[in-house]
Amino acid sequence: MNKDILICGVGGQGTVLASKLIASAATACGETVHSAETIGMAQRGGSVTSHVRIGEDAFSPLIPSGSADLILAFEPAEVVRNLRYLKTDGLVLVSSVPVKPTTESLNDTGYDGTEMLTYLQSKCRCLIIDARSLCAPFGSTRYFNVAILGAAVGAGALGLAAEAVLQEIQKKVPAKFVDNNIAAFRAGMQIGGANGIK
Amino acid sequence: MKREYVMGNGAIALGALAAGVNVVSGYPGTPSSEIIETISKYPQPGLHLEWSVNEKAAMEVAASAAYAGARTLVTMKQVGLNVASDPLMSLAYVGVKGGMVIVSADDPGPISSQTEQDTRMFAQFCRIPVFDPSSPEEAYRMIQDAFVYSEKYSTPVLFRPTTRICHAYASISVPEQFPVHAYEGFVKDSKRWVIFPRLSFANHAMIEKRNPRIGEDFSAYAPNHFTGTGTKAIFASGVSYAYAKEYLKKYPDVRLCQIATPYPFPEQLALACLEGVEEVICIEELSPYIETQLQQLIGAHRLPVKVCGKLTGHVAPSGENSADSVARILSDFLGTAPADAGPDLSDMPALPQRPPVLCAGCPHRASFYAVKKAMQGKKSYFCGDIGCYTLGNAMPLDMVDTCLCMGAGITMAQGLHWTDPDAACFAFVGDSTFFASGMTGVVNALYNEADMTLCVLDNSTTAMTGHQPHPGTGRNMMGNIVDKISIESTLAGMGVKKILTVDPLDLSAAVAAVQECAALPGVKAIIFKSPCIAISKPTGKMQISEKCIQCKKCIREIGCPALITIDGKVQIDESLCTGCGLCSQVCPVSAIQ
Repeated sequence: MNKDILICGVGGQGTVLASKLIASAATACGETVHSAETIGMAQRGGSVTSHVRIGEDAFSPLIPSGSADLILAFEPAEVVRNLRYLKTDGLVLVSSVPVKPTTESLNDTGYDGTEMLTYLQSKCRCLIIDARSLCAPFGSTRYFNVAILGAAVGAGALGLAAEAVLQEIQKKVPAKFVDNNIAAFRAGMQIGGANGIK
Repeated sequence: MKREYVMGNGAIALGALAAGVNVVSGYPGTPSSEIIETISKYPQPGLHLEWSVNEKAAMEVAASAAYAGARTLVTMKQVGLNVASDPLMSLAYVGVKGGMVIVSADDPGPISSQTEQDTRMFAQFCRIPVFDPSSPEEAYRMIQDAFVYSEKYSTPVLFRPTTRICHAYASISVPEQFPVHAYEGFVKDSKRWVIFPRLSFANHAMIEKRNPRIGEDFSAYAPNHFTGTGTKAIFASGVSYAYAKEYLKKYPDVRLCQIATPYPFPEQLALACLEGVEEVICIEELSPYIETQLQQLIGAHRLPVKVCGKLTGHVAPSGENSADSVARILSDFLGTAPADAGPDLSDMPALPQRPPVLCAGCPHRASFYAVKKAMQGKKSYFCGDIGCYTLGNAMPLDMVDTCLCMGAGITMAQGLHWTDPDAACFAFVGDSTFFASGMTGVVNALYNEADMTLCVLDNSTTAMTGHQPHPGTGRNMMGNIVDKISIESTLAGMGVKKILTVDPLDLSAAVAAVQECAALPGVKAIIFKSPCIAISKPTGKMQISEKCIQCKKCIREIGCPALITIDGKVQIDESLCTGCGLCSQVCPVSAIQ
């Protein structure tokens, strides 16, 4: 399998766990995996990306522009920021919930994400997910990182079986959060499988 | 063997362990910090591991251990190599017995550094070999080779990954158990280990004779290699080689040469690669190192080859390369199709900016704010330093007037004092930076009678680079609890007469301390003591009552990311608030509790 997956969001949203789960699930399936994270100053409320590259002939640690098969986006503006990475026929799964920049309260720009989602729909195949209602049963949008993996599996876009990801959730998530994470993953699968992709 | 999925820095650490490394020292610095952190997770019998107080100390600890025959590893970021350059320059003359590998991680971009310096140039300057891996997998193998070459030529060697290697993840196979490198111990020999001009003269001649031999040796070193044919050739090193391979997937016959050991330059290999070639492009980051090496080689051999690269404007002179930029350069050079650029985004809407800011509840915000309030309306200069607190420059705090390098704030406050004796001069330094390179600056101020106020922002950790312990934290990398070195007693021992320790989150006490110190002549110190929010438990959440008059003073004055406006009304973002209470002390109507 050759697959490039970009994960993007804002520091603190749990993008790193999502990338680790994909990488370890694919490795367990015998695939060669490379990944790269943005680390350092950018983490503090800044834009973050994880690049996961599955397959033998991925040389660059970061995905080249126009090569990502799939973008998993945790925030509307962040996916637009990273849209150049998407392949012509690539797919985007994105949370509709905007994260206002930490400086927004100082200089109000009125950012609410809607302009980004409209733009996104005009550019590519995408599935917009209301992370708030999806995660409501679990009490925190922090479960979105696992729910979006479920959506990708449900849409058949991750190239991995649900079981492969679920096994890694059991291994990598602290015991007391495993049940909620599995439930979030399954809820995501349903949304991804409901064929709402435009 | 077992497979491990690790970061490039983890691969470097595991490679050093596979080489039986005996002594490891270093100072934290992005992108190098995870090397020592990884080694700490694999305790080995007889292995000494330390965060040294700074890079110079780390270099010297590792150097003498290598004199004794031990295999030693030193880690730092590229600007750390500047701090360690004094011992390194001399050590290059003296040499070592046990293998000594100095990892200096370069940061093209720069992404989290002050400079875009190139450790390959440093290697050439020191006249010692340097290894330049192009992937985490290669870094794992190459660092083991680096120990072998170090011992073969009795010289310290440099190993320079860049951020994209350090922070990339890959699977590597590591042994179930790491070997232990046996060594003889220090053998006294003052003709060898004591540097004098005579020794330097003799060894300099030896080094200049030796290095071309290493270059020949490197020409046969497997990672230095070329593939493909044709009249055009590409030379690349480090991650740029990986970017070139990425583009050349569709053009596997193009001649591509990897330079994995930039110094001493593998001339014989380069000459072999240049046979039949009319035009060369050098894809590298930071300095045009390979490009100038090839120019010299081509000139010396009078070859009819044109060399393109940074000096000819074909490759950007600064900043980092990317798969995209290299694809563009190579498609121009080869006359091949451009890589797929992705969707047309020329009509992209304006994106919100997300600049880095001090975390919600960060005690540094309170410290800066206290000094700002205390000095309002008075002529003051604020000299900053390297750490999270450099972010004190952001609006609305705007409390960093200068920032140069580790420890510089303390001495720069003195320089400003001598040019403007009427101004109050402040230096802000973190606890880890104070120990790393702040102490000598305080002695300098005392001895030379400068007037200045030192503000030590003591958050009990090295926060910016990932919470490493330091001499003030009371634990070390061997897992031991040790005596905390007190900043207060250190300053008192030097002769600082006025030292106040305050909790910055107690705003009125902090402001009073600043006012008291600022009014006194000489060297005064305020230790703002409050732990980093990332290593302490939140004390609760603040709440805004109906008393709020929506004046937004809290937002305008302190700019905490947990203070947000929803529909024009000030709210607390409970997912961020740590309950530090600074905003409640700023509120004019006591609406925040």
